[in-house]
Amino acid sequence: MKSDREKVVTILNKYARNRDSLISILQDVQSEYHYLPEDTLRVVARQLDVPLIQVYGVATFFKAFSLKPRGEHMVTVCQGTACHVRRAPAVLDEVKRQLGIEPGETADDMRFTLETVNCLGACALGPIVVVDGTYYGQMAPGKVKKILKQLKKGQ
Amino acid sequence: MRKLRSAVELKQLRDGIVSGRDPNKLCISICGGTGCRAYRSENVASAFSKEIKRQGLTNKVYLKVTGCHGFCERGPLMVLYPQKIFYQRITLGDVPEIIAETVMKGNIIDRLLYVDPITEDKARFEDEVPFYRGQQRLVFGNNGIIDPTNIEDYFAVGGYSALPRVLFKMQPEGVIEEVRKSGLRGRGGGGFPAARKWQSCRNAPSSNGIRYVICNADEGDPGAYMDRSLLEGNPHSVIEGMIIGAYAIGSHDGYVYVRHEYPLAVTNLSIALGQAKKYGLLGENILGSGFDFDIKISRGGGAFICGESTALMASLEGKIGEPRPKHIHTAISGLNGKPSNLNNVETWANVPLIINRGAGWYSKIGTEGSKGTKIFSLVGKINNTGLVEVPMGITLRKIVYDIGGGIPKGRRFKAVQTGGPSGGCIPESLLDLPVDFDRLTEAGSMMGSGGMIVMDEDTCMVDVARYFIKFLTEESCGKCTPCRLGLDRMLDILTDITEGKGKEDDIGLLEELGSLIKEASLCALGGTAPNPVLSTLRYFRDEYETHIKEKKCPAGVCKALITFTIDGVKCTGCGVCARECPQTAISGEKKKLHKIAQEKCIKCGLCRDNCKFEAVIVS
Repeated sequence: MKSDREKVVTILNKYARNRDSLISILQDVQSEYHYLPEDTLRVVARQLDVPLIQVYGVATFFKAFSLKPRGEHMVTVCQGTACHVRRAPAVLDEVKRQLGIEPGETADDMRFTLETVNCLGACALGPIVVVDGTYYGQMAPGKVKKILKQLKKGQ
Repeated sequence: MRKLRSAVELKQLRDGIVSGRDPNKLCISICGGTGCRAYRSENVASAFSKEIKRQGLTNKVYLKVTGCHGFCERGPLMVLYPQKIFYQRITLGDVPEIIAETVMKGNIIDRLLYVDPITEDKARFEDEVPFYRGQQRLVFGNNGIIDPTNIEDYFAVGGYSALPRVLFKMQPEGVIEEVRKSGLRGRGGGGFPAARKWQSCRNAPSSNGIRYVICNADEGDPGAYMDRSLLEGNPHSVIEGMIIGAYAIGSHDGYVYVRHEYPLAVTNLSIALGQAKKYGLLGENILGSGFDFDIKISRGGGAFICGESTALMASLEGKIGEPRPKHIHTAISGLNGKPSNLNNVETWANVPLIINRGAGWYSKIGTEGSKGTKIFSLVGKINNTGLVEVPMGITLRKIVYDIGGGIPKGRRFKAVQTGGPSGGCIPESLLDLPVDFDRLTEAGSMMGSGGMIVMDEDTCMVDVARYFIKFLTEESCGKCTPCRLGLDRMLDILTDITEGKGKEDDIGLLEELGSLIKEASLCALGGTAPNPVLSTLRYFRDEYETHIKEKKCPAGVCKALITFTIDGVKCTGCGVCARECPQTAISGEKKKLHKIAQEKCIKCGLCRDNCKFEAVIVS
């Protein structure tokens, strides 16, 4: 088993410790942990010799990054314009109600994380809910419970 | 494969590929764009692959998974070449029959054909489908023909034939002149003449000779996905365009800045870059011409502002994506302080076409000020959702009705939103507007990257304006005050209006704030941010007034202003609504009219979704 520090160093070496690649480096760190643990940010800053504040700035500026651990299941509700005019807000409200969390939050039992996305570019299927990478198209508030129920039952 | 070292070697390679392929051999092309993949088209493709192997037909038929064909509404899609038989909404169960009937015997399976909902005519071939018939697919057309992970497919359709012409027969200045004559304008939003940007970048002094050529694939406009589909489906056309641009500008370093939400585009582009390098089309001494150029991929971090040139370049440097004032253009001082030329995906993909067919031919397409074609993503309340490529100057009516097939469920058209969050809404009275850069701007909207979101009578324009302003407050980087605070204030006012707390002077205040934010913001995000509000105020003022004065939402969208009731005639008393209501707000005896207790109702809409008799009324 590699230690966290070793994992981060491997990623840094992949980008030749290039400071310009900070965003790509953080993306790879996030793929590894599903979020950005504080310690890894410190390792990145020290190894690249950039101020921690810059790393923190980038990690909090871009939507792709999360400083909080994410749950087992990722539920993403598209809020693009095409989905919006097809009642995506009502779908999101129902998902929030079913999971009991707001977008950006993770349930206390670490089972679910809810997120919104600005557009997935699969507008023909709108409104779209993505659960762990599987797309559910033409959603309506009435269909939410069934999809989440399968998941909740699954484990 | 060894690297190609001359134009002749490239030609020999291409001739070999073309002659090795039987044009009459059947080819099943399955759409593998993100839309069709969401409909599980990959499973359909692997079922075809198995069936073809099982029946020993590998010599009789090719199978190809391509990029997006465009007609996302009807996915998964397939086309059987060379006849171009077009099947839609195919399922795993259809696969054996398609092989047995269509591939083996040439019989067309009726139920898989597209049926025109108006004329009820069945289209057997791709060209007969009204959605495709009205288009002119110059840039996007090869998407359905080539496998994006196989460079040989791009060679076979004449790909990389503009490149040797440029490298061996044209001077850099001549390339810029050709692009200038073509009239190509940037497809990313502003519509800036491409050749002028290239020329400034070429002329800009650089102490160590470094200049950058960058492709903007950070397609942030919600509802627009043509750039993703081009990168996914035909990445080499973008790469070829960039190499030509780099030669003209005198650059040796290229970047593609791509949204991280587009994983398939990143994958296909990486494969394409690897192949181009292997063939000597990228790297040192391209085709033996002595010209060096290479391209790196940089994944974005999910920030709308990074579509702005200075913010994008800051992000490429590993910094937060904040824009800077543009007293000095990025063409003079951009990435790492060096001259940098930024164009978006679609713009680059137009370049090989211009070189191959000539500026004279290209400039005949389109209108006086806007040449060529434009790809639009036609989405929202429209029958035929998908990507459409049309000549500039076509009317909105043609796009919405002839190609798009009109509005679903016989609803009435209300508006089309163009230009993303920086654009505006165009009303029914302007449906005959010719679509080009300048006409759209005159109408208070803009071309943007080409999103067209169609709205019908059930869309509330105040809610739409609020949606965009909310989007922009979240995406504003916060660096300058007018954008950061002005937009927040606009959002407060719009939220009040949609919640029935609007005041008479709110409209005047929105207009005042809007013009101020436009004027005083640092970058184009703030400079265009009020457009969704100002354009809806211009064309749909009455909706704002009804919200404010009568506390009503005519479209039935704004939760605080609507009530759910049950129709006494349609209700059968089945009890489904009462069971589904999370608030236990619905009551009634079996087989008798049910009733909603308004004080408990949270207007979630579950009763309406679950009612099979359409008895739940929103008013």
